[in-house]
Amino acid sequence: MSAAPASLASTPIQRRFAGLKERGRCALMPFLMAGDPDLATTRATLLALEAEGSDLIELGIPYSDPLADGPVIQAAASRSLAAGTTPTAVLEMLSGLRGELTLPVVLFTYTNPLLNRGLETFCREAAAAGAAGLVVPDLPLEEAERLSPIAASHGLDLVLLVAPTTPAERMARIAEASRGFTYLVSVTGVTGVRTILESRVGDLVQQLKGLGPRPVAVGFGISGPDQARQVRDWGADGAIVGSALVKVMAAAHQEGKDPAQAAAGFIAGLRRALDA
Amino acid sequence: MTSTLPPIPQDSAAPPGAAALEKEARPNALGRFGRYGGQYVPETLMPALAELEAAAAEAWKDPAFTSRLDHLLKTYVGRPSPLYEAERLSAHYRRPEGGPRIWLKREDLNHTGAHKINNALGQALLALRMGKQRIIAETGAGQHGVATATVCARFGLECVIYMGAEDMRRQALNVFRMRLLGATVQPVTAGTATLKDATSEAIRDWVTNVETTHYILGSVAGPHPYPMLVRDFHAVIGEETKVQCQAAFNRLPDVLLACVGGGSNAMGLFHPFVSDTSVRLIGVEAAGDGVATGRHAATITEGRLGVLHGAMSLLLQDEQGQVQEAHSISAGLDYPGVGPEHSYLQELGRAEYAAVTDQEALEALQRLSLLEGIIPALETAHAFAWLEQLCPTLAPGTELVINLSGRGDKDVTTVAERLGDQLAGG
Repeated sequence: MSAAPASLASTPIQRRFAGLKERGRCALMPFLMAGDPDLATTRATLLALEAEGSDLIELGIPYSDPLADGPVIQAAASRSLAAGTTPTAVLEMLSGLRGELTLPVVLFTYTNPLLNRGLETFCREAAAAGAAGLVVPDLPLEEAERLSPIAASHGLDLVLLVAPTTPAERMARIAEASRGFTYLVSVTGVTGVRTILESRVGDLVQQLKGLGPRPVAVGFGISGPDQARQVRDWGADGAIVGSALVKVMAAAHQEGKDPAQAAAGFIAGLRRALDA
Repeated sequence: MTSTLPPIPQDSAAPPGAAALEKEARPNALGRFGRYGGQYVPETLMPALAELEAAAAEAWKDPAFTSRLDHLLKTYVGRPSPLYEAERLSAHYRRPEGGPRIWLKREDLNHTGAHKINNALGQALLALRMGKQRIIAETGAGQHGVATATVCARFGLECVIYMGAEDMRRQALNVFRMRLLGATVQPVTAGTATLKDATSEAIRDWVTNVETTHYILGSVAGPHPYPMLVRDFHAVIGEETKVQCQAAFNRLPDVLLACVGGGSNAMGLFHPFVSDTSVRLIGVEAAGDGVATGRHAATITEGRLGVLHGAMSLLLQDEQGQVQEAHSISAGLDYPGVGPEHSYLQELGRAEYAAVTDQEALEALQRLSLLEGIIPALETAHAFAWLEQLCPTLAPGTELVINLSGRGDKDVTTVAERLGDQLAGG
């Protein structure tokens, strides 16, 4: 490991993946929608997810027109917006967890709210609140060229996405430009719960791993322990679980139970599966 | 009222950014019109957008494609559409010293009743070239949905139309037409249940089925190459107009007027005239209940820089960057975004944009019905409503062309709801 260039271990996300690799562990990265049903729940859930063995967290900032999201996360964003959640409030909540939450938080947001705030301002505020990275699903390689250096100047990793439809030559350029890790979208589609993962995902993981040392995390469509383990066995460095978790939390809330507790139970099961 | 409009280039020899107005520069190689346009879409779609751009470029160079398109435009769509002199409408605005002569570009006479078929037909032919057998589209007023369902029936393609539940209610006739044509109409209940949400849902379908499906986007909006592609299929409107003006009065028109939601009919009319800087280009947006009420769809008038449905353009949004609900009596203009090239032409000062209210559009619809025996679509009526402000400012002898982009049959129920009491006695 000492042979790895210093630049690969200079941000919280990079250090986290380097540490996991030493321990031979696949990163568990839950996604949750900030402010669904309210920010106090999000705060409690973030802490519970870390306690149950999450390695990184993807935190969604709700947006009115989430093009890359399926019905589950769309509905979560709508509930959050209806509850009055704003990007400012999400960052304030995150800021309030400094010292308590130690895992790297990657913000998941769309281009328009980012642009509206100003790329420079948004990155400064996100970094100040303690975020470690950004995922912007409607910002492909070409359009990310402007944001990536701005994010980097604030110590934020701009994580780029690769899809099953991405040609090999383009995949290499994306992997090169992505920071922190490369986000492999496991399905041709939007976020959501799927019952099976296409076997070509395994080939894509291997293809990406062959391009260099940057970690590869797989997301979109991982719904439970079996799929998380499958992704690990294909050689991925991380498994991202979004819609399935959001669904568990929404169901708990509807039944009058504590969404944070439900999330903790669900993530504990995934952790056991990944460590088995 | 003209004081609210941006300045008009006075010297046709040196307009602002003359090079920027050349066709080749709109868009540039990166799919941008100045700072507008681009491709803000999930990575999954990027290869499909590149494939579409390459397929379109090849098709335009292939005589087999262009001759088939031309033949179908003539025999199936009914082109060229006439340029009609609206004598009684012109007389209505005539002052003692004279007034403008008003011409109507009769896109309402196309097959399916609006300009939308030009683009739907072109893109269906492209889909066939690319070997895609499944077609999806979004629709607001239903005109693009009907046009797409029509060409899918014509070529035996599977067709799914996404339409906001609220728009399905407002445009029930068009929903039935699409179903008769064999299309599946998929109601969209998310968000505001209008065109914005139908477009998002169509894009999500495309992300999921991109390998087998072509998305026939219906306006000059969306990620590159759509703003260019859709404009180029509608440019036939402006090209015919140029020839017809020459035949009718032996010169270029002075003013072109069209309604703007996403802006496809306006862009189709304007495009061949953009570098003819003596020609004033005016787009008319929907002011809904009035721009000051916040209940409107006047994106260029009130919007700020933003990204919606894959393109950077002007956008109606709140202070947090959430996209705002648009309001218009016309489902086809009820959209919080606008095509990037319109934002660009406005920024350059090459085109002017105004806005008229629901009420003004309804009055214009009645006026055209009574004076010319033509019931325009509610969308189109917005362009006619601006004549009230514009005509008193125009010199006698001004040659003015309005794009009569669609007919009003689909809107009769909506209009009846609003005017029922007034017409009941007749």
